[in-house]
This record gives sequence, structure tokens and C-alpha cells, in this order.
Amino acid sequence: MTLSRRSLLTTTAAGASLPLFGRRARAQAATIKIGVLNDQSGPYRDTGGTSSVAAVQMAVDEFASKGFKVEVISADHQNKPDLGTQIASQWYDRDGVDVIMDVPTSSVGLAVAGVAKAKNKLHLNIGSATAELTNGACAPSVIHYIYDTYMLAKSTGGATVKSGGDSWFFITADYAFGKQLQADTSAMVLASGGKVAGSVAYPFPGTTDFSSFLLQAQASGAKVLGLANAGGDTVNSVKQAKEFGITIRIATMLMFITDVHALGLDVAQGLTLTESFYWDMNDKTRAFTKRFLPRSPNNYPNMIHAGNYSAALHFLKAVTDMGLPAAKASGAAIADRMKAMPVVDDAFQGSIRKDGRGMFPAYLFQVKKPSESKGKWDYYNQLQTTSAEDAYKPLSASTCSYIKA
Amino acid sequence: MFMILGYPAPLMFGQLLLGLINGAFYALLSLGLAVIFGMLNIVNFAHGALFMLGAFVAWGLLNFLGVNYWFALLLAPLIVGVFGVLLEKTLIARLYKLDHLYGLLLTFGLALIIEGLARNEFGSSGVPYPIPSLLQGATNLGFMFMPIYRGWVVLASAIMCLITWLIIEKTSIGATLRAATENAPLVQAFGINVPRMITLTYAGGVALAAFAGVLAAPIYSVNPNMGANFIITVFAVVVIGGMGSILGSIVTGFGLGVIEGLTKVFYPQGSSVVIFVVMVIVLLVRPAGLFGKAA
Repeated sequence: MTLSRRSLLTTTAAGASLPLFGRRARAQAATIKIGVLNDQSGPYRDTGGTSSVAAVQMAVDEFASKGFKVEVISADHQNKPDLGTQIASQWYDRDGVDVIMDVPTSSVGLAVAGVAKAKNKLHLNIGSATAELTNGACAPSVIHYIYDTYMLAKSTGGATVKSGGDSWFFITADYAFGKQLQADTSAMVLASGGKVAGSVAYPFPGTTDFSSFLLQAQASGAKVLGLANAGGDTVNSVKQAKEFGITIRIATMLMFITDVHALGLDVAQGLTLTESFYWDMNDKTRAFTKRFLPRSPNNYPNMIHAGNYSAALHFLKAVTDMGLPAAKASGAAIADRMKAMPVVDDAFQGSIRKDGRGMFPAYLFQVKKPSESKGKWDYYNQLQTTSAEDAYKPLSASTCSYIKA
Repeated sequence: MFMILGYPAPLMFGQLLLGLINGAFYALLSLGLAVIFGMLNIVNFAHGALFMLGAFVAWGLLNFLGVNYWFALLLAPLIVGVFGVLLEKTLIARLYKLDHLYGLLLTFGLALIIEGLARNEFGSSGVPYPIPSLLQGATNLGFMFMPIYRGWVVLASAIMCLITWLIIEKTSIGATLRAATENAPLVQAFGINVPRMITLTYAGGVALAAFAGVLAAPIYSVNPNMGANFIITVFAVVVIGGMGSILGSIVTGFGLGVIEGLTKVFYPQGSSVVIFVVMVIVLLVRPAGLFGKAA
């Protein structure tokens, strides 16, 4: 059996603090427990990781508590679905966790959503990309907050095709996320009259050398190289494309500001990408960032960090609204309450649709030239905005079963 | 266009070359492992972490002291080598009389600690290290665009492998080393300080890992996981070549790099397992490895 050190610690700590007498037990019941489950040691550490935990903690600290305590715990799922399932079950069943948040890496996200569905517990997914979370794998107690593969395909893919990039070659991370992103983007390209010249799927995680795949892309004669990967893999792909003089246009289908930072503007300049949050967008996002940075000094917030903050805050508002006993009783009930309330905070303004899809605008950005950047992390020019209704798969095309019942 | 197995020839030549480049790293790393295993009988699982440490030392030298790539290529192996002496003297030396398993556990633990510390300090995205100005750019080979730096990696690695092989097989120091492996008390009776020799051998093997780390720094982002990504493959290379065989690890390192490169064309999904498939086959047919002597 594999047990991460952290989950072992959590379990031991929970065991040690078992209620010994009645008063203690009542005090425990008046606590909301949030579990943040993500990659804290691998390729997706900087896109989520400890900065996501800090963002959730910040929401908790800023939330004016209405008579209950809030506790945040976290664990590293190491991008392994089996480990994610195990920690999720333990958290929900034994440790009294009321909501599991973040969970990047679509394969793990889908697994944890399955656990949440079976136990009728709340899962707020922020980090995973796959649109399956609100389609085939949807559940009444699962909310997918700030982005998905469909929206990335629509925003980045759509804009690329429109500007003449009509034949594509994909380099794809060979797991749930990469495949879904490739499928959604291919559908988008084909629907706009373009074609897909070919693709390679590489083993994830563990691939660091992409030069071979880049040469295959070059040889295919396609106009656009679609990178259906994320995090450290995207960084390595873009870096090596420059090194090998790859001349075809690169579409980074999923890229975060933290990746741009790792690449440096010299290499990243000119790339287009989609996020639903940028720290330097308006006064509210800047104010949010100013409060966030002391908690995460090396990482400016990307959409996942900001999304974790917003989702935690929205969740706590819903708990206050419906009362603690009702909130603890059913994951679906609290999800319904969150869907009924508008999302309003410094990072996001929007709503949550009945299938659990967070509805926020998608912004297409272009990475600045080094000469255009005026300061630390001044990286993006905004190119276009896609409204939430246009960015996400319409309900009429949804394959989610419970909303049809 | 000239085709090989249904693929355009330029693409295939490109893949062969890329395979050689990756093979260069496999060869350097497995060489260090083979030297250490051959002389110390220790399976050094900390090798990947020390490779990573070499890259970070080069990065630190550049960013804090302004030491350039070429000096780092000399200094980083020395610094990591000294660290290796420390490890050997304080920890590893206590395990020679015990079962292999203890050495494995100790070095594996060390790797986890070193990588964990680096991750806390630097995050997982890593830090950039520029290609030295002399080796920037690329040349057009006709069938592919060849980054000059990658060519240098193959050359530097081949030279380093050759030097190591010559030292161990053709010099008197190497002869003493090999004799000490066979029968340490006898060599000691000739007035040679065997424990010190073993310490220096470990330091040498570790320095090879650091050298590879510096070579890798401009290619991959310098990050805490860079060693962990390589190490399992490198162990397979050592096993295929024959545990402790110097020549075996060099030849197998380059050879498997090429096999892996070709797999990336024919069946990319399998590129991470192909080396282990080869390992299974080799172990079935020649349990001591391609170049190993049966015990």
C-alpha cells in the first residue's frame, strides 16, 4: 500500500485528536474542514501546489466567520489517480473533510470526482482541465470552477484558426487531460474548416526531451503545432522548439503565467494563451494580488491560485447561508446553494451553471516582448474576451446525465 | 524523397542523432554508477540527486559568483566530488560489510532528502541556465537543424567516457584500483591506502554525475526533478551493460539512447518502457548483462 508521508501525518493527527468527551465532540462538529489535494512535488507544483493552499487559507482568513471554525489541510497526490482516490476516501470518511479542493491532473480529478459522487460529498475542482468533469463524469456534488478543455479550444484554438492557422499537428500528454484537450481542439479546428495533419502522444509523467516529437511536427508540414500538455512539459517543449529552430507556429493550448515566468519573456514572447484571470487586469485583481503575494512570495497568482481563493470564499458564503448542519449533511445540497448564489469577489465575478460548470469569461492573452514589459511579472497583453456563454459547451450539447433527469 | 521504413530519411537521421545526444547522458551517468558499483559494491541511488546538484552548483556559480560555464564544468564536479567524499566518509563507509540492501536504502534516502531540499528552495519549474555564447545557435545539417550545444554534449561526453576508460584500464592507478576490488587485504599489504582509494573512487564517480549535470543545465530547465527523471533509465542501462562493466555502460548508454529515439517515431507512447523491455530480454538471455562476467 502506498501512503504519502503527508496523508500519514494527517491521519495520525486526526486519530490523536479523536473526541474524548462530549464538549470536545460538539466543538469539532462546529468546524468546517477544507482539504486541498494537489501536486506538491511534480511538474504541476508551481501552477497549483502550495500557492493554491495559501490561496484557500487566505480566503478562510478574510472570511468573516459566522459562528463556525474553518480548518484547512492539504496533501500531495503525486499525479497518481490511485493515491488521489485513497486520500480522498480517507479525508471524506475518517477525517471529516467537508470539501476537497483544487485537484489538478485530469486523471486524478476524475478519480476524486468519482469518490465525491459516490459519497455525496462536495468537490470543487479548480486545477483539472478535462471538460468531462461537467459532461460524462458530472455529478450533483461536483463543481468545475474556472476553465476546461472546451473553453481553451474555443478561445486559443478558435483565434489561431481565424488568423490562418488551419492545419494542425498535436504533441499530446498521453493521459485523460491531453487526449481530451486534443479531441476538443481537433473538433474546433475541423468545425472551422481546418484539418489535423497528425499527432504524437508521449508518456506522462517523466518525459523531458521533446526534440524528437518537435522534429516530427516540423516534418508533417502542418502550419500550427498544438501543445496539448501543461506545466513543466509545456515549458520544455517551447524551450526546445526554439533551440531546434522549429519554425511552425506554436499554440500553447494550456499555459499559465507561472509557465511564462519559468520560460522567460525572451523565449515566450509572442505566444498566445488563455486564462480566466490575470493579476494586472483591474484594480480588484491588483488588490487581490497585493494581499496574496506575502503568502506566496515566489509565485504571482495564476487562474488556478485565484480560482482556489474564489471557490473557497464562495463555498464559505454558501455554508453560512444555509447553516452548518444542512451544509454538512449533503454535498449536492451545498453545491445547489452555491449554484443559486452569484460569485462576487476580487478575483472572479460570475455564476455556476446547473451542471456544475463555473461561468466566467475567458481571456486570450499574448505574451509581451521583453521591451514591452515594464516590471516584475508584467507579461500579458489582452487580445480578446470570450463571454462565458460562448466559451463553454452549451447545455444543449452536454452529455451530463443528471441535468436531463 | 528517400525513405527508411516508410519514414522520410531526414526525419530518421534526425532521430538517430537525437538518440545519440540522450545516449550521451545515459553513458556518462551509467559510467559513474558502474565505477562506483565495480569498486565499492554500492548501488548508488543518490546518483540522480548528485547529477541535479551538479546543475544547481553551476547555476549558483553563475548567478552568485559570476563564474561562467567553462569554469563551472571544472568547478561543479570538484565541489560535488568533495561533497561525495563527505558522504562516503561519514555514511557510506559504514556499510561495506553489510548487505547491498543497506547501501541501496541509505543512498535512496539521501536522494530523497537532497531532492526535497532543492524542491523547497527552488520549486518544481526550475531555474533557467543560458547556453554559453560560444555554443549558441545551430547549424543546418541538411536533414535537420542541429543545435551546436547538443553536438558539444555528445563530444564532451564521448571524451569523458574515453578518459575514464583509459584511466581504469590502462594506467597503473587503474590497475591498483582493479586489484583492490579483487583482493583488498593483499593490495593493502603492498602499502597502498585502500580506504582512501575507495573514497576517491566514490568522489570520482560522483564528479562524473555532476559533470553530466552541468552539461544538462542549458538543455533542460535546472530543476529538482531532473535527476529523478533519468535515474531509473540509467539503472536499466547499467543492468543491461553488466553491473560494474565500464565499457558495457558506455556502449549500452549510447545504444539505448538510439533505440529510445527510434521508438519515439514508431510508437511514441512506448518510449518510456522500451528500455525496460530490452532489459527483460537481456536478463533472460544473458543474466550477467551484455558485457558482464558471470559471477
